[in-house]
Amino acid sequence: MSDFPVEVAGILPRPNLRSRFAWVRRIGHSKVALLGMAILLFWVLVAILAPWISPFPPNATIRPMASPGAHAPSGAIFWLGTDHLGRDIASRIIWGTRTVLLYAPLATALSFCVGITGGLLAGYRRGWVDDVLSRVTDLVLAFPALVLYIIIISKFGASGVNIVLAVTLASSPAIMRLTRGLVLALRNRAFVAAAQLRGEPAWRIMVVEILPNAAGPLIVDACLRLGYVVITIGTLGFLGLGLPPPDPDWGGMINDTRKFALVFPHMVLFPSLAVCSLVLGFNLLADGLRELVMEE
Amino acid sequence: MAQQILRRLGWMVATMLVASILLFLLFELMPGDVALSELGPYSTADQRHLWMVANGYDRPAVVRYFDWLGHFVIGQWGHSRLFMVPVASIVWQRFVNTAILAFWFFAFLVPLSLGLGVLAGMKEGSWIDRLVSTICIVTTSIAPFASVVLISAIFVFSLHWLPGTSTMLDGFSFRQLIMPVMALVLYDFGYIARITRASMAEVMNTQYVRAAVLRGLPYRRVVLRHALRNALIAPFTLLMLHVNWLISGVIVVEYFFAYKGFGSLILEASLGRDLFLLEACTMITVAMAVLTQTVADFGYLALNPRMRPA
Repeated sequence: MSDFPVEVAGILPRPNLRSRFAWVRRIGHSKVALLGMAILLFWVLVAILAPWISPFPPNATIRPMASPGAHAPSGAIFWLGTDHLGRDIASRIIWGTRTVLLYAPLATALSFCVGITGGLLAGYRRGWVDDVLSRVTDLVLAFPALVLYIIIISKFGASGVNIVLAVTLASSPAIMRLTRGLVLALRNRAFVAAAQLRGEPAWRIMVVEILPNAAGPLIVDACLRLGYVVITIGTLGFLGLGLPPPDPDWGGMINDTRKFALVFPHMVLFPSLAVCSLVLGFNLLADGLRELVMEE
Repeated sequence: MAQQILRRLGWMVATMLVASILLFLLFELMPGDVALSELGPYSTADQRHLWMVANGYDRPAVVRYFDWLGHFVIGQWGHSRLFMVPVASIVWQRFVNTAILAFWFFAFLVPLSLGLGVLAGMKEGSWIDRLVSTICIVTTSIAPFASVVLISAIFVFSLHWLPGTSTMLDGFSFRQLIMPVMALVLYDFGYIARITRASMAEVMNTQYVRAAVLRGLPYRRVVLRHALRNALIAPFTLLMLHVNWLISGVIVVEYFFAYKGFGSLILEASLGRDLFLLEACTMITVAMAVLTQTVADFGYLALNPRMRPA
């Protein structure tokens, strides 16, 4: 509080919303961020338009082991070939987009809800709340993430809900730690002191005064984490711990067909490329946003 | 310093104890679950009951926990249902295999990622910086399960240079180790290189490095003698914390190449519902994670004089 009177003269009110998110409007200046957004937009459109653009039903068994470009009995083309059960790979990738773009954002959003709440409380309240939350964070982070998923899923079974909950448990501690650090840097600023003097309730100070000022790094982290969760969900599918068959799931597609990869590499190649491009989209966006946030 | 070490060791033991309690609550709280897992789904209720009595599962949970913990500490980890041998005997052999993999992984990862990171960070914005940054962002976007597929497609299916599995059935073979190590390094080096680059760029902008350059010292000498030591503090800490992260990649890579290591053992234990094996593997990974975190902390202290107590 020692620097309080000095700062009062200059900026008593907190920076307003418009100036705080100025970097969002400059997103057009970052080619990297735009490229990332273009890739993501492509996959989002694919997910939305799946029923109209997929040439075949995703689980229909038509002609096994067809190469890319081969014709179906109906005359339609298997653009990316078919898998060992005769299901069209292009259609399965298209429908699989819906799976991954449902669960990855859901799990990430839930992780951030838990992590931000914990981080705000720990950083702003300090004291025993901080001690308890920090110990829990240390404990969860002592488990390698994939081992944690394996334990949880072997105990409670593989389902969409369990995957989302497991990802939340494993990733919210890191988010909590990040938020806590940001809050600690902001809690002694003049606009927080001003709000305290106005008698604002603690939750309002945390949510309205502190949180928007910590948004930049959190948004960058969210983009990176989305990419990482996409990898996680794919890995679980690849290890046979993912969503139950037959609905398409990129990681599961690779696992199902990898024994045929020596003869039919297209079965594993195209789902792999799909995962990589989606993750690349998130990573590029995060990279571009980070530069914009750092310029602030 | 002695006090710090003691506190740190206390923290390690406490973390492992809490982890063991959680594991016990999750898997062994219900004796019926243990019996079902050991005897299989086709066992009758009578058989399961007899098994529980014979193995002391009719006692209260608290007594069973301390009994379990006591046996665990002295290395009696029970019998593996999947491999029909004591858990301890199989875990050790698999652990050594993964240690070999990890050794070669680090042997390639450290020079590659630190070298690229330092080169890129030396001159921010140069063409080499841009090139390294682009390579890094692309390679870190390739998930481990995709990178094993992609490098297999190139080196095994197209070029026929390397074996596609690493079972090591006919004894140790370095050729079979190349693909798993390559897959792990490919996914990981970008991340470490980026951190090194950021750290190096920051150090190159400090007053003391600028002063050294302005004093007319040779550039090589400034980089090697003045900048490098401080720039490598952050990557070193990260590399140690990375063991935790590495385990996830190891599971995928060992599974794909059928390498008989610790990561594939965890997965086999989970998919085969081998309870005691899974418990032992989990405790060992937590121990490894906690140990490396401790080493990272002390390494940080040793490297960074500012952190030492006055």
